Amino acid sequence: MDNLTWTGSLGTVLNPALTAAAALFAIAVVLQIATLFVVEPFRAQTLPDGRLSRRGGVLGLIERAPQYLLWALILIVLGYLVGGMVAPYGVAGILGAISKQLTPVWIALAATFVVSIAYKRKLGLYGKLFDSTVGMIGFGIVMFWVYTAFFSSVGGMIATHDPLSQVSGLKNKLPGTAVPDAADFAVGAHYLLGGDNLARDVFSRMVLGSWEVVKIAPLATMFAFMVGITLGVPAGYYGGKLDTVLSFLANLILAFPVILLFYLLVTPEIVLTGIPSYMAAVLFVFPVLFALVFLNARFRTDPKKRNLIVAVVIGAMAWAYLSLISQPGTVMSFLPGAVDLFNIPPGILVVFVSVVFVNSPTVFRIVRGLTLDLSTRDYVAAAQTRGEGPWYIMLWEILPNARGPLIVDFCLRIGYTTILLGTLGFFGLGLPPESPDWGSTINEGRKLLSIYPHPALPPALALLSLVLGLNLLADGLREESLRD
Amino acid sequence: MGLFVLRRFGVIILTALSLTFIVFILTNLEPNLEKLAKTQGNARMTDEQVFTWLDNRGYYRADIIKYGEWLGVLPGYVIDGSDGETRYRCLRPGMTVDEMPRFCGILQGDWGFSTVFKEDVSVIVVTRLSQTAKLMGWVMLVMVPSALVIGVLAGMREGSKLDRTLSTASIVTTATPEYVSGVIFITVFASSAVGLKWFNGSATSAMEDITFLNFTLPVLTVALYGMGYIARMTRASMTEVMTAQYIRTARLKGVSFRNIVIKHALRNALIAPFTVIMLQFPWLLNGVVIVETLFNFKGFGWTLVQAAGNNDIEMLLGVSVVSVFVVLTTQLISDIGYVFLNPRIRIS
Repeated sequence: MDNLTWTGSLGTVLNPALTAAAALFAIAVVLQIATLFVVEPFRAQTLPDGRLSRRGGVLGLIERAPQYLLWALILIVLGYLVGGMVAPYGVAGILGAISKQLTPVWIALAATFVVSIAYKRKLGLYGKLFDSTVGMIGFGIVMFWVYTAFFSSVGGMIATHDPLSQVSGLKNKLPGTAVPDAADFAVGAHYLLGGDNLARDVFSRMVLGSWEVVKIAPLATMFAFMVGITLGVPAGYYGGKLDTVLSFLANLILAFPVILLFYLLVTPEIVLTGIPSYMAAVLFVFPVLFALVFLNARFRTDPKKRNLIVAVVIGAMAWAYLSLISQPGTVMSFLPGAVDLFNIPPGILVVFVSVVFVNSPTVFRIVRGLTLDLSTRDYVAAAQTRGEGPWYIMLWEILPNARGPLIVDFCLRIGYTTILLGTLGFFGLGLPPESPDWGSTINEGRKLLSIYPHPALPPALALLSLVLGLNLLADGLREESLRD
Repeated sequence: MGLFVLRRFGVIILTALSLTFIVFILTNLEPNLEKLAKTQGNARMTDEQVFTWLDNRGYYRADIIKYGEWLGVLPGYVIDGSDGETRYRCLRPGMTVDEMPRFCGILQGDWGFSTVFKEDVSVIVVTRLSQTAKLMGWVMLVMVPSALVIGVLAGMREGSKLDRTLSTASIVTTATPEYVSGVIFITVFASSAVGLKWFNGSATSAMEDITFLNFTLPVLTVALYGMGYIARMTRASMTEVMTAQYIRTARLKGVSFRNIVIKHALRNALIAPFTVIMLQFPWLLNGVVIVETLFNFKGFGWTLVQAAGNNDIEMLLGVSVVSVFVVLTTQLISDIGYVFLNPRIRIS
C-alpha cells in the first residue's frame, strides 16, 4: 500500500498558494514594522459625514496588506482542514486524514462557538470573552484539546490505533507510513505521524496524551486554589502571628527548586512509605473545610436552614473525601469496598498531590496580597460596623471582589500545571513509562532526537499549543474583566 | 537598613535549616536508605545484608542525631561494625584516625562525601557550580538586554502594531517550557532530519571549551522561557510611565519622541524589571536542570538529577543549601536594590 504524503493531491493546488501567501505576509510584516520607525503614526480624522479617514497611497497599503494576507493564510489553512474532512481518506494526505479523524472535535467546537456568540450578552464574563479576539483564539485552542481529550478517551473516536500496541516494521518510521498488513485503504491503514522507538503510533499517543493533562491539570489547580484561598484569606485578614507562620511556610516551599521537590516526593520509594496518602489526606480536606466555613458564615443567622444545607453538602463532600483518600493496599485503607466510591492509582495520586503542593504556596501569596489590599475598603468597614462575623466578611465580602484576578490566575496556573506535569514526565517521574502523556513521550523521544525527531515533536507542539491557549485565554479574560 | 538586612539573614538561615532538615528526613526514609544500600553495595543484597550494611554505617540512628552530625554540632560517629571493621564519619581517604577531627559538619566547612561521585561534596559543588555559572552568565547576557529592548519597544506606544506583535511573541515564549523549546531547537538546528545542522545538539564539549556551535542552543533554550516574562513586565512598567504627567509635560514642551523615551521614560521604566530579573534566578535554576539534562551538560542541575536519582544524601543536602541561598539572597538583593533605585521607597 502507498504511503501518504503530507498534503496529498489537495496540496498540488494549495501548497503553492500557501507558500506565496506566507512569503508575502512575512515581507509585509517586516515592511510594516520598518515603516513604524521611520514614519509618524497616522491619526485618523473624522470626516464631515461621520466616517473615519484612513491613510491612502503606498503607506496605507503597507498598513493594511498584512491584514489581508493573514486572512488569505487563514482561508488556505481552512481549505486544508475542510478539504481533508470532506474528501475521501487519503486524497488530502496526512493533514487531511488527521482533520478527518478530528471531525467530532471540529463539530463540537463550531457548535460551542455558535451557541456562545449567539447568547454572549446573557453569559456574564464568559460571554464577554467573545468580544476579544485574543480571548476567542485562546478559548478555541483550549476547547480543541478538551474536546480531543474527551472524544479520544471517553468516546474512543479520534485515535487510529491502540496507544500501546506495537506493529512490527514501523519502528521509527516517518509520518504517513502504511501499516504493513492493513486490509483496505481506510482509517488505520497508516501511522499518520509515524511510529516511535517501540513502533507505536505517535498520533494516537499524542491524542490520548491530552486526556492525561485534561483530567489532572484543572482539578489539581482547583485543589491548589482551595488550599491557597482557605489559608490565604485569613492570613491577609488577621495578619499577625498567623500570617508570619503561614508566609514562612509558603516561602519555605517556594525556596525549594521544584525539580528537587519532585525528585524527593514523586518516587516509588516515597509511595511505599505512604507519604502521598498522608499529604492527600491533608490537602484534600481543604475543600471540605472551605465549604463548611463558607456555608456556615452565610446561613449562621438561620440555624434550621444552616443545619440542613451544611449537613447535606458536607455529608456528600465528606463521603467523597473519605473514598478519595481511602485506598485498598496503602496505609489509608479504612472504608469497606462497597462504600468506597472511587480509587485513584497510586502513581497518579502522587503526581496529583505533589502538583497541588507545589502550586498552593503561590496561590496563597496571591490571595493574601489581594486580601491585604481589599480589607482596607469601605464595604469591609461597613460590614464590620454591621456586626458581621470575620468569616462572613472574608468569604462573602472580600473573596467575591477578588474574583477577577483569581480567575485570570486560575487560567495561567492550569497552564503552569500542564508545564509541571510535562516536567515530571520529562524526568520519568510518577506516571508509568508507557503512559501516553506528553512529558513521558517527549522524554522517550529525546533520546534519538537528532536522528528521528518526529516522535518527540508532536507532543511538544501539543503541550506548547495548550499552554499558549491558556495564556491567551487568561489575557483575554484580563482585558475583559478590566473593562468594567 | 542594617537591621533589615540582619533580620533577613536570620530568615535565610532559618529557612535553610528547615529546608535541609526536610530533605534530610525525606532522604533518610526506610525505602530510600534501602535503595542507597543496594546501589552502593550490591543490587542483589538480601534484606538482612541491607540491614547490616546500613547499620554499620550508622544510618539507623535517630534522624535528629544524624542531622546534628551533618550540621557539625554533634561529634561524628565511630561505629564498630558487626563485620569487625570500625568506621568513622570524619575519616577521609589519606587521613589517619589520630589526625581526624571530632566534628565534621557543614559548620566546620565539611560538606560531607558524595556516594555517587566518590568525592567531597564541596569539591563537586564548586566545579559543577562554576560550569553552571558559565551557562547562567551567558543566559543573562542574552536574556536581559533583549527582554528589556522588546519590553521598551512594545511599551512605548501601547496598542500599536509593534506592541501587538512583540506582546504576542512574549506570550508564546512564556508558554514554551524548556523541554519543548529545546526539542524544537534540536530538531530544527541540529538534527539530520531537517538537515540544517547549524549547531550541536549536545553541550558536553562546552564544559572545557565554549564555542558558538555547542553553546548557542542551551543558552537560547533557557533564555527564551524567561525572556517573555521579563519583557511583559518591562512593557507594563513602560506603558505606565508613558502615561505619567511628566511625560505629557515633556511632550507639550516639544521634546521629540525619541528623547522622551530615552532620556525621560527609560530610567523610571527599568526599576520594576530589575526586581523581576532578580526573582528570575530561582526559575533559571529550574530551567538549567532541564537544559543540562537535555543537552548533557554536566553542571549543577545535572548533578542534582544524578544525586536525587541515586539518593545521594549529602550531595542532595549540599545542593539544597546552595539553591536555597541562591533563591533567598537574590530576593534580598532585589529588595535592597529596589530601595536604591526607587528613592520614594524607604525600609523602616
